[in-house]
Amino acid sequence: MSAFLALVRRDVALAVRRGGEAALTLGFFVVTISLFPFGVGPDPELLGRIAAGIVWVTALLAATISLDRLFRPDLEDGSLDLLALSPLPLEAVVVAKCLAHWLVTGLPVTLLAPLMGLMLQLDLQAYLPLIVTLAIGTPAISLTGAIGASLVLGARRGGALIGLLVLPLYVPVLIFGISAVEATLAGLPVMPHILIETAILFVTLPLAAFAGAGALRLAME
Amino acid sequence: MPAFLHSLASPARFQRLSRRVLPWSSLLAAGLIGTGLVWSLIFVPADYQQGDSVRVMYVHVPAAWMAMFCYAVMAAMSVSFLIWKHTLADIAARASAPIGASFTAVALITGALWGKPTWGTYWVWDARLTSVLVLFFLYLGHMALSGAFDDRERGGRAAAILAVVGAVNLPIIKFSVEWWNTLHQPASVLRMDGPTIHSSMLWALLVMAIGFTAFYVSLLLIRIRSELAARRIEALQRLAAAGSS
Repeated sequence: MSAFLALVRRDVALAVRRGGEAALTLGFFVVTISLFPFGVGPDPELLGRIAAGIVWVTALLAATISLDRLFRPDLEDGSLDLLALSPLPLEAVVVAKCLAHWLVTGLPVTLLAPLMGLMLQLDLQAYLPLIVTLAIGTPAISLTGAIGASLVLGARRGGALIGLLVLPLYVPVLIFGISAVEATLAGLPVMPHILIETAILFVTLPLAAFAGAGALRLAME
Repeated sequence: MPAFLHSLASPARFQRLSRRVLPWSSLLAAGLIGTGLVWSLIFVPADYQQGDSVRVMYVHVPAAWMAMFCYAVMAAMSVSFLIWKHTLADIAARASAPIGASFTAVALITGALWGKPTWGTYWVWDARLTSVLVLFFLYLGHMALSGAFDDRERGGRAAAILAVVGAVNLPIIKFSVEWWNTLHQPASVLRMDGPTIHSSMLWALLVMAIGFTAFYVSLLLIRIRSELAARRIEALQRLAAAGSS
């Protein structure tokens, strides 16, 4: 357990120190959302209707741009080999790094989402389901992203490839995240959507651990 | 049975088997698809609601079935490669990907062409269409990933992992029309209660489906044989270069 937490602490410290990962992610998040009123027009009603979707998709993209830096620096400077030799199983290493990634990207995005909702004239009822689904969905995104990031280690132009690989896998997380907001706005029960979103998170957890560890072993040969 | 399946992993045995199977599967494919096309375009009665536009179904549905079947084969080959390291399984999986992607594209395009006269729109974001589109992107990602590495075997193993992870999309596609309210019609052939489609249409559909499958088998065998030949050429070139130095 202490090895797990030590790895999480190390990764968060590195991300914050090296290039201010959290700030970059939040910056991208805010700037991209600000582009939408320019694209679709500032009409408050239109923006309010698509606000939840904009926030969700931009959260996905913001989490994805930092995925290349999840494993590649460790592979290049040899830390990945040391982590593989540590008493912590490689699957736990993957989950620890995903947790650190989420703390640095997904969590700040989730906390800033209400402010973005305000800017996009989001319906008052939609705030709570949006934040709850983001809080559940962004860890799933970090985990799914880790699968993609570990698979392209050592590939030419792997960073560009990660998006193509993981964005199709994000679709279920996105669908149920948005459907929870829509259900609230329609007055329908919201718990089923939240429970399915949580189920997706729990399915992604072992999947990412084993697929990611397998891909890391592949990269280290 | 397991011994038989593992014996298929030997390239020599594969070459012998495929040399015997290929002419027959090609003949079967040509015959069935030819018969099926004539039957469905001319002899099957027009639909009472859709008229003659229903004849697109005889290309659209088999193509969609093949799109999922190719992915299932790809995933099975990937599992075989990851567990037992059969190189032939890796070659088969990577040969299947472009064929499956093409079938998916055909299904999406014919579906759009069919949707315009019947639904009034080329595209709608319902569960079935969206999950098949995701399948198409999974194929493209697989093809991109397997070619992205300088070391070919690395690429094969990475793509194999991706194929297995993406296999979760197959049951989603199959059951999407039941789990969600979709514009795409629910299952009328592969159902627990038996097919609801009329026999005059069902048989032509099955003929096309088996024809498409034979076509896929022929294409796959040709691609695997070409890949094996290419690797043999490469090895010979390397030997020649080493010998002359």
